Amino acid sequence: MSDLSELDKHWLVRKATIKKLWILGLLMLALTVVAELRVHMHGEFGLDELFAFNAWYGLGTCAIMVVGAKILGYVLKRPDTYYEGDDHDH
Amino acid sequence: MIIDAFPPGLVLVFGAFLLPLLPGPVRAAAILLLPLTTLALIISLPDGNLVAIPFLDYELNPLRSDKLGRLFGIIFSIMAFAGGLFALKQERVAELSAAFLYAGSAIGVAFAGDLVTVFIFWEMMAIGSGIVIWSAATPASFRASMRYTLVHFAGGVVLMFGIAMTIVDTGSIAFEPMRVGSIGTWLILAGFLVNAGAPPLSAWLPDAYPEASFSGSVFLSAFTTKTAVYVLLRGFPGTEILIYIGVFMIFYGIIYALLENDMRRILAYSIINQVGFMVTGIGIGTELALNGAAAHAFAHIIYKALLLMSAGSVMYMTGKRKCTDLGGLFQSMPLTATCGIVGALAISAFPLTSGFVTKSMIAQAAVDQHMLYVWYALAAASAGVFLHAGIKFPWFVFFQKDSGLRPDDPPWNMRWAMILFAGLCIGIGVHPAPLYALLPFEIDYVPYTGPHVVAMLQLLLFSGLAFFLMLPLMKRTLTLSLDFDWFYRKLGTVAALAVTDKISRIRNRAEASGRRLLDTTIAAATRPVKPRGALARNWETGSMVLAVTVALGLFALLFF
Repeated sequence: MSDLSELDKHWLVRKATIKKLWILGLLMLALTVVAELRVHMHGEFGLDELFAFNAWYGLGTCAIMVVGAKILGYVLKRPDTYYEGDDHDH
Repeated sequence: MIIDAFPPGLVLVFGAFLLPLLPGPVRAAAILLLPLTTLALIISLPDGNLVAIPFLDYELNPLRSDKLGRLFGIIFSIMAFAGGLFALKQERVAELSAAFLYAGSAIGVAFAGDLVTVFIFWEMMAIGSGIVIWSAATPASFRASMRYTLVHFAGGVVLMFGIAMTIVDTGSIAFEPMRVGSIGTWLILAGFLVNAGAPPLSAWLPDAYPEASFSGSVFLSAFTTKTAVYVLLRGFPGTEILIYIGVFMIFYGIIYALLENDMRRILAYSIINQVGFMVTGIGIGTELALNGAAAHAFAHIIYKALLLMSAGSVMYMTGKRKCTDLGGLFQSMPLTATCGIVGALAISAFPLTSGFVTKSMIAQAAVDQHMLYVWYALAAASAGVFLHAGIKFPWFVFFQKDSGLRPDDPPWNMRWAMILFAGLCIGIGVHPAPLYALLPFEIDYVPYTGPHVVAMLQLLLFSGLAFFLMLPLMKRTLTLSLDFDWFYRKLGTVAALAVTDKISRIRNRAEASGRRLLDTTIAAATRPVKPRGALARNWETGSMVLAVTVALGLFALLFF
């Protein structure tokens, strides 16, 4: 039954395809890091001279931004009907 | 008076008033031909002040042609063409007329050689864009357009004060690079920054743009903020405070876009983020940085309009705009999804797209100037752009989950507008030389070097990994995020109500006690003549005689 419902799905969102996409994606990530062995990356400010700087810096800063946004969300988020009504009445 | 050429922006301004009078097919032709005529005029303009009109003791120069003005004029007219094509089937002619007035005025600013002309076209833009928002004809769009125009007219007042004070200070109305110092120049800078979406008045943009129609928000994404970038480039290159303002805008845009659920509001916050890159470049102020800011504005207009066309197509075909209601649309809208992905890759500055060959100039300028923290911030922000716009928008709209919606791609005109801009995103990315040739300064920049491509791919692909690893933290919720507009939409309303309530209570109390005092006075004054009052009573004869005697006695005393 579950196989049938999988086949009903668009090929791009089937579990098998998604698994392959993950493998392909991780391979590409690895390739970009390995490429540093062949391409001379000249850093300017010290930290950016470390190996695979852009990889871990991109991953790390994005994680910080997502977590930061999540924390700010607790303070800033309101139901999307928050302003409804205010404008009508006055 | 000298008129050596026709101001190209006026083709669209006059055309705007002509459109409602034309019958259907002629109007469609005019919508496409007016921007193309404008573009041809701009390309044919020689350098120099081509129009001079005496005004009071000054001379207006509404057509100063040079490389910087021409760059913005070209992209504004290309945008008017693609926006017109996308909106060709828009039933509300008022929206198209307003959009052309808006685009023509933006071109007017780009060629304005004096501050008075800048101001006139600046205000015309506010009117045109306000009507574009209003044209969506929903209660929400009407209220949003009112808030939008109030903010922009307030910004216009600040700008007018600044211009007047600067003219008094310098005796010149010429629009040339300025150094902030006098109150006048600070006010001009503040007026420009309001339109750039800079803090604290940035919330007008995500408040108003998503309330426009499916086609209106495409026009809106292009002109106001990029005209602001143009005037900052022209008026305040190398102004250090712009670096800090720009970096703030970059991260503000990312964080708010990450929190947002409405697909067009995600893109609206991302406009502020992208303008932040340009403002930072203007603040750095070297030739490379200014070229980068100008080139990035050019590329940004194309990919942001493309993203909003993609979002507008989804809204047009499904009537939905929240990520929570969307998903899986790639199955039935492959062209819209593909074009949206191309726009998303371009905004993220992927190699072979326009963003890659433009944004990197700003980062390189930061390196050249040894601006360590600015460079680190720009690198983090580049990763953040892929996170909040590059993946988030296409993922939640076209993939994510199967929403069960199976709309077709939109009508042919909307498809072709998207194909045109997707082609330009890739074309500029693959072959940047024609764009580089249009930039205001001589350029010696090679974007495609091994280290640059590898660095960018690492940064972007690993930020993509962060997105999918942290997807559970980014689950969409039916929420909005409080922004600065809370102060005038909520606190302002509550405060105004509290004040009016207090005033009316005081007034009621004063009226009640006044009435009581009046009643008491009248009662006291009329008491003697009332039926039982002293004067209305029957008096005894003896008392009468006594009273008369006393009165006569007093009379005698007074006269003798």
